[in-house]
Amino acid sequence: MSVLEIIRFALRGLLINRLRTALTTLGIMIGVASVIILLAVGNGSSKAIQSSLDRLGTNSLQVRSGGQGFGFRARASASTVKPLTILDTVALADKTQAPDIKQVAPIVSTNGTCVVGANTTTPSTFYGTWPAYYEASNTTIQSGSYFTNDDVTQARRVALIGQTTATALFGTDNPIGKTMRCSGIQFTVIGLTTVKGSSGFQDGDSLVLIPITTMENTITGNQALSDILVEATKSTTTTAAQNELTAILDARHGITGNKTADFSVFNQASLLTTASSSSKTFTTLLGAVAAISLLVGGIGITNIMLVTVIERTREIGIRKAIGAPKGAILTQFLIEATILSLLGGALGVIAGFIGSHFTIDGTKPVIVPASVFLAFGVSILIGVFFGGYPASRAASLRPIEALRYE
Amino acid sequence: MYLVAVVAALEAVASVDDKQPVIEVHDAVKRYGTGDAAIYALDGVSLSINAGEYVAIMGPSGSGKSTLMNILGALDIMTSGKYYLDGIEVSSMDENHLAIVRGRKIGFIFQSFNLIPRTTALANVELPMAYQGIKPKERKERAMVALNVVGLGERVNHEPTELSGGQQQRVAVARALATRPALLLADEPTGALDSKSTGDLLDLFDQINAAGRTVVVITHELDVAHRAKRIIRMRDGKIVSDELNKERVA
Repeated sequence: MSVLEIIRFALRGLLINRLRTALTTLGIMIGVASVIILLAVGNGSSKAIQSSLDRLGTNSLQVRSGGQGFGFRARASASTVKPLTILDTVALADKTQAPDIKQVAPIVSTNGTCVVGANTTTPSTFYGTWPAYYEASNTTIQSGSYFTNDDVTQARRVALIGQTTATALFGTDNPIGKTMRCSGIQFTVIGLTTVKGSSGFQDGDSLVLIPITTMENTITGNQALSDILVEATKSTTTTAAQNELTAILDARHGITGNKTADFSVFNQASLLTTASSSSKTFTTLLGAVAAISLLVGGIGITNIMLVTVIERTREIGIRKAIGAPKGAILTQFLIEATILSLLGGALGVIAGFIGSHFTIDGTKPVIVPASVFLAFGVSILIGVFFGGYPASRAASLRPIEALRYE
Repeated sequence: MYLVAVVAALEAVASVDDKQPVIEVHDAVKRYGTGDAAIYALDGVSLSINAGEYVAIMGPSGSGKSTLMNILGALDIMTSGKYYLDGIEVSSMDENHLAIVRGRKIGFIFQSFNLIPRTTALANVELPMAYQGIKPKERKERAMVALNVVGLGERVNHEPTELSGGQQQRVAVARALATRPALLLADEPTGALDSKSTGDLLDLFDQINAAGRTVVVITHELDVAHRAKRIIRMRDGKIVSDELNKERVA
């Protein structure tokens, strides 16, 4: 008896009960597809976090006024908080005290509305800064030009805008050279920044950048800095740069002994580690849910194979009575179970690939190749192991007992 | 390897002369339960049937005739005793060897036909040969011959539900014959048939026996038993009479 022939018997057995076969296959299919899709979503979201952090620049540090962590800012400012100033910025740019700091950019942030004719928009980022900001924040322009140190010293009313802001104000027109009014002040748009995409909560392209002097002179008045953006010389020197800037600012702000610092430093690299570890947890959780559904699909196969064996006990008896060896019966039912899981697995892989093409809740799933092989392999193993028990029960039946079964 | 040797031995013995007994049973006992609750379905049956015989085993229900038949057909195992089929001891075989014996040595015909459902007559007849590993071409030829012998050459592609009871039983006979067994065992073969089909089937058995094959029929119907050349009567698990049928044996 050739294996091919036993496969034919198995196929016939499955075709007799098409609906049941289809539903059992569906169980495995959902299991496999969910493993692939959920892991792809987890992977996609961790990729998204990573790339948005990459855009910020992993060798940049952000200094913010107030104690460590956002939640403590109010309490810290209630006591003696010295604001960050342009002098702090200049101190940090000192090459001898801070050899690992490449450049420093002060940021004055404000909330303002920009108007062109009837179009208005409120950029989520409206910064006054100077040219060191471009490199430290990974900002580039796709058309027009940057504003220069000269623009900063002259406090010219020029602006760089992001794609979202440009579209909101000028539609499809080229914004370069056009004027817009932000917080009541007229600016000439001189550059359009390269599309950054959104980084989680914020649209990175809803952006207006103007010279810091212009910002202070016309909009905010002489005011403390919101942030200082510091760029380390290399991504490997960020920790050294952080230590240097902390030492400098501690000295300038009179932080000694166990006094709590009145500024906080955000290290993009450590943020990256935190973010990727939390997204790993997220992926593991999704994977566990998917694995459970795959297991449930496997139990479905066992259940159906048990029913099939009981239902076909008499047929098994007939086959044994006319000389079917135990191995042939075992193989037939094992192949039936394997075909069920193989078919379910293959359809699940297809469904997984299709499902991963859709953006799920803002996350573009990225398929993990290993998950495809894992899910498919596990589904086949499930077929063999979960189908094995009913199959061996069928094969061990004594012919006379099986024939008597009604 | 042992299996191969057994198959070779089985086939070698099959070609030995007719005087050899096909069935030899020594003191067969089949007991259900133990101790005081023990029931003896077979209580020391000894029997010898030679090649080419046509034997009917008769008896009321509960006489042990079906149990005997199942043991002769290697479907059931006995509690004690010895059973030689075509010179090979079957009573000590394990399940794998029993499967070979069932497939090659015995053609079994059941009261309820026992065809595989949703499978054509041809495929049903081919099935035992498929399990023996006979090549598809040869087994199809042999199945067609067997179906022609039983007069169903026109209905080879019908499924059991599309055939009458008599036709289904003839498919079962074809299935039993196609493997060229040493022994044709029929358990109440006419029990589910009308009188016309019964007559046809018994004529078929006469032909098969006339062609030299050993036929053993279990029945409780006298007119069926009277077509056999030797009638064995059983009661309470024992053989009570064993005589030649005067009407058939001159």
